[in-house]
Amino acid sequence: MAAPCITFSDLTLGYNSHPAVHHLSGVVRKGSLTAVVGANGSGKSTLMKGVVGMLKPMVGSVTVTPGTRVAYLPQQSELDRTFPARVVDLVSLGLWPKRGLLGRHTAQDRAAVSEALMAVGLEGFEQRPIDTLSGGQLQRALFARVLVQDAELILLDEPFNAIDARTMTDLIALIKRWHGENRTVMVVVHDLDLVRTHFPEALLLARAPIAWGEAKSALAAENLLRARQFHEAWDETAPWCASHDEHDHGHGHGHGHDHHAHGDGHHHHAHESAEPVARKGAA
Amino acid sequence: MEALHEFLIAPFTEFAFMQRGLLGAVLLSLSACPIGVFLMLRRMSLTGDAMAHAILPGAAAGFLLYGLQIVPMTIGGLLAGAIVALGAGAVSRLTVQKEDASMAAFYLISLALGVTMVSLRGSSVDLMHVLFGTVLALNNDALSLIGIVAVVTLASLGLFWRALVAECLDPLFLRSVSKLGSPVHFIFLGLVVLNLVAGFQALGTLLSVGLMVLPAAAARFWTQRVETMAMLAVGFGLVSSVSGLLLSYHAALPSGPAIILSTGCLYFVSVLFGPRGLLATRRPRPAHRIA
Repeated sequence: MAAPCITFSDLTLGYNSHPAVHHLSGVVRKGSLTAVVGANGSGKSTLMKGVVGMLKPMVGSVTVTPGTRVAYLPQQSELDRTFPARVVDLVSLGLWPKRGLLGRHTAQDRAAVSEALMAVGLEGFEQRPIDTLSGGQLQRALFARVLVQDAELILLDEPFNAIDARTMTDLIALIKRWHGENRTVMVVVHDLDLVRTHFPEALLLARAPIAWGEAKSALAAENLLRARQFHEAWDETAPWCASHDEHDHGHGHGHGHDHHAHGDGHHHHAHESAEPVARKGAA
Repeated sequence: MEALHEFLIAPFTEFAFMQRGLLGAVLLSLSACPIGVFLMLRRMSLTGDAMAHAILPGAAAGFLLYGLQIVPMTIGGLLAGAIVALGAGAVSRLTVQKEDASMAAFYLISLALGVTMVSLRGSSVDLMHVLFGTVLALNNDALSLIGIVAVVTLASLGLFWRALVAECLDPLFLRSVSKLGSPVHFIFLGLVVLNLVAGFQALGTLLSVGLMVLPAAAARFWTQRVETMAMLAVGFGLVSSVSGLLLSYHAALPSGPAIILSTGCLYFVSVLFGPRGLLATRRPRPAHRIA
């Protein structure tokens, strides 16, 4: 078994005491390619933010193996498209991990940027102002930036939103290339057929993890049905989650796909995620 | 030729106060104009105005306690500016409130405090001093302060340029690769306050923001690159400084407003004639390319 890249241990992430990701445990192995699947509001983006460290856990922890270079492409980019920058300026931001605040961008760096643009099909777009790009072209440019970042762990949050078929095919080819280079990749995706066709593994979230393992079995009908019964809204009157104390005392509640339990149709600790709000005792 | 020399050069060679005024305005242009470019690109041009009001009670306190003296007024202004910038920044980062609203709240309170303080003792002449400055009465202390601020500003810009650009262009990305995201925002606000305080001796609290915002706003119409924009803004600032001082000298106008009105002219020229201005982008185009 490959070394762990991300380790979730009883991770609960959320906002104002309402969990968005509820008691997730398990390991994302180094070099794995995982689709994160679930309804709107099921905690996918929150999970990504937790991994990058932009959101502190309410309970439990998420650990990225120290020294791992991380690239994160958020769903709601705060990118200011009116900013007077060229495509090359945007993609060069990806050099930050390597060059930081003051390091000189070398000829080699500039070549890497051009190469990345070529790889995403934006050859010759270097000097184009970013406010002239179409949505698909911008997404290609952002993928080029991820390429330049040369990260070992790549997190992509709904990268295929409002993206046409041709662009999507190209971007998936890039994701597969990263997978082939033994980088760890997690992608939030909505299209289940896409997941079944292109992703070896899937994590199905409905605030609580529903299934995690080999993609086709994780997305089996029964799991999808349970995920669909998940209730999106916050419930202000929901009872307090009782699991904290028990979880803290090291119950072996590994939800991890390293157990590959779900793939075999076993559902550890009977997560009654069909409950409107998944606040239940531990297994 | 003689007349031209008489009109353009002689005022500066013959009068020391004009030389000092020019030196002050030039130094101020060098540091405040690039800051203004980032202020504009962050959609914070009005924040600059708010901050200029915010430093008033600090400057007024220094003025009331020690008279028209550069050091106490500067320290007071810096303190008031820092409190407002940090307070507004903290409220917007720690609560649901956005920075425009928290900034408005803090600066209005600050401004009211400042006006109250000035009116407690001072006459309206005093208030005019604080509000509109005295570019033609810059003493050595004031000039040294402006010089130091210019050096600090340019050094910080050089050091943090990449982070400032990244923070404007894609703040979430910067946060994902660096811990500089929040610090650089506060460093930037600090530079804004520093430049406003430096400017209020020369141009007054109300007008010092003008030299920051107007050249930057004008430069936006001419270029698509941040670096070029910053340099162009400095150029506009320098031209306005010279022309404003000449206008002030020949027409016997107050120097601060004259400088700002000069930048105002450059702004309108840019709006109309810049390559990204009205005439260039709105003119009808009879033909179009196929791709």
